Amino acid sequence: MSTRRRFLQASAAALAFGALGREASVAFAAAPDGSPYRNLLVLVELKGGNDGLNTLVPIDDPGYARLRPKLAIGRDSAVRLTDRAALHPSLAPLVPLWERRQLAILQGVGYPDPNLSHFRSIEIWETASRSDQVLADGWLARAFGKRPVPASFAADGVVIGGNDLGPLAGGGTRAIALANPEQFLRRAKLAAPSGERRNAALAHILKTEGDIVQAAAHLDGNYAFATTFPTSPFGNAVKTAARVIANEAGVAVVHLSLGSFDTHANQAPTQARLLGDLAQGLVALEAALREIGRWDRALVVTYAEFGRRPKENQSGGTDHGTASVHFALGGRVAGGLYGATPSLDRVGDGNLAHAIDFRQVYATVLDGWWAGDSRAVLGARYETLPILKA
Amino acid sequence: MRLLRPFVFFVIAALALVGAVHGARAATADTLGAEGARHLLTRTGFGATPSEIARYAPLTREDAVERILAATRTLPVLAPPAFATAGGPLPRPGPNASAEDRKTYVREQARDTLALRGWWIDEMLATPSPLTERMTLFWHNHFVSSQQKVRPARLMYAQNATFRRYAVGDFRALLHAAAKDPAMEVYLDTVQNRKGAPNENFAREVMELFTLGEGHYGESDVKEAARAFSGWSLERGTGAFVFRPALHDAGEKTILGRTGRFDGDQVLDILLERPETAELVVRKLWLEFVSPEPDVADVRRIAADFRRSGYRIPVALSKLFASDAFWSPDNRGVLVKSPVELVVGTLRSLEVAPDDATPFALAAAGMGQNLFSPPNVKGWRGGDAWIDSSTLLARKQFVESISRYEESRTMRAMGAAPALPASRALLAPQPPIGGEADEDARARQLRIARALDRAFRDLAFSATRYVASMPGDTPSAKRRSAQAVLLPIAPAGSGAAIPADADALTFVRLTMLDPVFQLK
Repeated sequence: MSTRRRFLQASAAALAFGALGREASVAFAAAPDGSPYRNLLVLVELKGGNDGLNTLVPIDDPGYARLRPKLAIGRDSAVRLTDRAALHPSLAPLVPLWERRQLAILQGVGYPDPNLSHFRSIEIWETASRSDQVLADGWLARAFGKRPVPASFAADGVVIGGNDLGPLAGGGTRAIALANPEQFLRRAKLAAPSGERRNAALAHILKTEGDIVQAAAHLDGNYAFATTFPTSPFGNAVKTAARVIANEAGVAVVHLSLGSFDTHANQAPTQARLLGDLAQGLVALEAALREIGRWDRALVVTYAEFGRRPKENQSGGTDHGTASVHFALGGRVAGGLYGATPSLDRVGDGNLAHAIDFRQVYATVLDGWWAGDSRAVLGARYETLPILKA
Repeated sequence: MRLLRPFVFFVIAALALVGAVHGARAATADTLGAEGARHLLTRTGFGATPSEIARYAPLTREDAVERILAATRTLPVLAPPAFATAGGPLPRPGPNASAEDRKTYVREQARDTLALRGWWIDEMLATPSPLTERMTLFWHNHFVSSQQKVRPARLMYAQNATFRRYAVGDFRALLHAAAKDPAMEVYLDTVQNRKGAPNENFAREVMELFTLGEGHYGESDVKEAARAFSGWSLERGTGAFVFRPALHDAGEKTILGRTGRFDGDQVLDILLERPETAELVVRKLWLEFVSPEPDVADVRRIAADFRRSGYRIPVALSKLFASDAFWSPDNRGVLVKSPVELVVGTLRSLEVAPDDATPFALAAAGMGQNLFSPPNVKGWRGGDAWIDSSTLLARKQFVESISRYEESRTMRAMGAAPALPASRALLAPQPPIGGEADEDARARQLRIARALDRAFRDLAFSATRYVASMPGDTPSAKRRSAQAVLLPIAPAGSGAAIPADADALTFVRLTMLDPVFQLK
């Protein structure tokens, strides 16, 4: 089936899906013990902006070879998925997931009037704003503000390996940043939530101290996995994520990041290494989540500030672009290609138009995965993607 | 924490204690007293020391505010890094530069900006007028530009110098200077704005964020103002402001109901005529210096005086510092210190100064305030938003690291393994610069962490000496003085129940780990 047709069907399914309302959502059916946030979201940020065209390769498109005289992935090394699309060879470890149909590949994820600055564009993604709008809080912070994560959870979200809370920033979110659990537990001893809340600022600080203490009490990090994790930094982060997820109390979101994909020069070896780290890390994450029986309750989604320019530059690299390819995987993901294969024949020096608005991905998480109200969070109705199985 | 004994030690309100400690210098009807002096100094500067407090305690409010305003400066006391004031063309890659050259350029500018951050923190530590630097920082967060878009560190320094020149001067002149500032022209795309091809970025932000505020202008005002700013450009080589008449749209514009062949400067003057502009600035000053809840009537009154004075910033500040709200006991300890205030204020209060302040600039960045790189055009949100789980732990780790050095020295002297502060945990992971590999970013992170460890060590802060230097006749009186100096209100957590037999290090550490230490 052509991806175009599949996209049309997907859109039709999305409309039907939306029309059924909350009752039909995965989360509702899947969360008999109460909170829809038992459905875990794992976000993987591909920092710097990954080159989508060399991630999911339009392998037979003559435009591809023309735009990528040096950087084109060869037909013999690419991992063919469909009659038209192939994966970067470093992503080969994902093929079993694809064959089990638990890997959705979202083509052309972006937004209108794209901004090519790393800082501004990631802010647009993380706050789910329009291109010309500056919003203060992350989209997940807004979601949790509208509908809180149960207080019994260890935290609303855990950011592995960074101090930047990204989509969890602001809005009183109980977000915990940790490089590794031991270090967090050590530092958490500096926090103590007791004290008289004499004014709003003091109350806010004491609440935050309480969040830290609460998280520290649950994120013991002691679960001994049989799964072997890659030794790359991303592999370590995945291991930490798995240990966080294994806590009984629960977290709604885990945020991982990998980079830098900002490959302006000599892209080939860097991207090959990073995509290899990504694929091996995701496979290990799947194994770990299966081991603790959470794979069917986990949705893993990648994102980045932008993709890269279709036409390679003079330095064997690619410059900042717009729409790109992203992955969604999990036990309940309906695998396949979504969106639209980029049309390269008229692209010239320019950038790709988007086929999926990134806020559709968020709407899918909010409405489909968490049975929530994406409109209240995103400020407008975005059509969900039919990437979740009931 | 484990040193806490299960008995309760009551700390009486700071006011009474300071009164007792400072004896004759206690507040009278007319004078500040120690507590008032501390409040004024910390709110308008960075921390306070007992000797500064003693100098201000006998003054009346009016005299004290006048003294602080009279001390403000237009120039820094420390020379900036050499590149910052170099003349000639900006070091910029040409249009045909290779990707490698561009990367090198980006890294060089990032490196220079880091030096600039260290220099500014150093200036904040050294200045005899902390208010000057607080206001310079205030304008940096009002007329926002970020080096991450602007790039040349020299332009960021020039902007900083402009903010300092007008920091406590004339807002009208400041607005005009900030609008034509080269870093601003790059940051808000003024340089892209030309006749027939308008870029509305600056025109929108100058109305929304710098003057009127949202809701006080319309979309057509933005479009028309953008036409008026067209032709504002930069000299190719030096990056200095230049007006290019050929790119200017000299036609008639209608802005906020006024019609004429306005140029950019005339638009700024139209914006200055509106009462909303003065109110927006005064409201922000209120949030910076007074409380998280501006009093509408007070703001309106002070804004009217500010505007009538021809936008003299000292007028706005002196009225704010004379307001009942500024002095109200209910408004003590209600504002969260910014990371820079926490870092600089702590070092100044403890009377220690690093040889190189760069690691401390990075410590502030790890708490969410990376100087010269505000997160977006709205700047740092400030207030309670400074505190989340990540930044709060970074802030606590910072004070822990300062206080712990005495302990590690003692332990080393006893032959035990030194307990080095985990500075790495305090720093935000460094984002890769200019396509740098992750490994390189991590290596940089490690170098910075080591530098910070060394910096903490070199501070050689001694809690024992610090407490001993406090006013008071008895050890417990000295401790009460120390808390009254370090905390804006009585401690609420770890500082509230320190056993009398705890050593000085434990005492200072638990005082600074108290949540109230995060407040001003």
